[in-house]
Amino acid sequence: MTGPDTHPHDHGHNHDHHDDHDHARTFQPDIEDSPFSHYQVMAEALGEVLIEKGVITADELRRQLEWLDSRSPEAGARLIARAWTEPDFKEKLLEDVNAAAESMGMDAGDIPIRAIENTPDVHNVIVCTLCSCYPRGLIGLPPDWYKSREYRSRTVREPRKVLAEFGTVIPEDVEVRVHDSTADLRYLVLPMRPEGTEGMDADALAELVTRDCMVGVSLPKSPGD
Amino acid sequence: MNQQFKVGDTVRVRRAYPPGHVRAPYFSRGKTGIVDEIAGAYRNPEELAYGRYDGEALPLYRVLFRQADLWPDYDGSAADTTIVDVYENWLEPAEGGQG
Repeated sequence: MTGPDTHPHDHGHNHDHHDDHDHARTFQPDIEDSPFSHYQVMAEALGEVLIEKGVITADELRRQLEWLDSRSPEAGARLIARAWTEPDFKEKLLEDVNAAAESMGMDAGDIPIRAIENTPDVHNVIVCTLCSCYPRGLIGLPPDWYKSREYRSRTVREPRKVLAEFGTVIPEDVEVRVHDSTADLRYLVLPMRPEGTEGMDADALAELVTRDCMVGVSLPKSPGD
Repeated sequence: MNQQFKVGDTVRVRRAYPPGHVRAPYFSRGKTGIVDEIAGAYRNPEELAYGRYDGEALPLYRVLFRQADLWPDYDGSAADTTIVDVYENWLEPAEGGQG
């Protein structure tokens, strides 16, 4: 395929657009080009009814979407890194994640979030088998795999195999504990602080905390990774 | 909050298959576990789904199952577990043994 830098057109000349195969080859469908699924139609309809009835305004809906889209794992990473460096803060985080986040000026949202601590004896991993519950306020929108039927069904059925596919091999003498987050709470894994990070401050440590290690499918990066 | 079970109690998820919006995962039905934590009380999502808001808040439990009890052919470590968040309307008392 011809890249943009080697675009063969000479726009100065009068070429025949019907013969413009290069554009045809780079055609990318717009989002409306495939039919809406039943559930997309239902979601659109619900939004429209709520607006029509005056329950919410279109601007409120937009603002909420904008808030959700603006969340990122950076917030969660800052919480984890601080918990690694300050025992008092760790206690606070384990007690009430939303309050701990608020004390750092972060908005974790209204849904209660729990921190689940990994230990040398227990590795935790989060899944929502019934839908795709996820601590969005602290780590952003869930990746597609988190919402996939494969991940949702296999993580409770064969968690060690799923973890291995993420490159995470948990020793047999460590308990794998799956948390099925199907109700009113959301979960964030508090991973163990990696070895070799003794001299690092919270800002540097936060760089090691990835989205996936807060879901529990992975471990934090090592310094220098 | 008035809850029927306490931490450490052995409970069974009801083996029931009602139609409609159901929040007890299929794989947990009929399985026995231990109450790991009482996680507050919330409006019943199975009612909320139909726009019914009355009724008392329902206690929510974190119920710990041994993987070997959920899946008889589980081939990971015998120590592996799953915690499922289950509302009280889905739980019944069970004997101490695993089943």
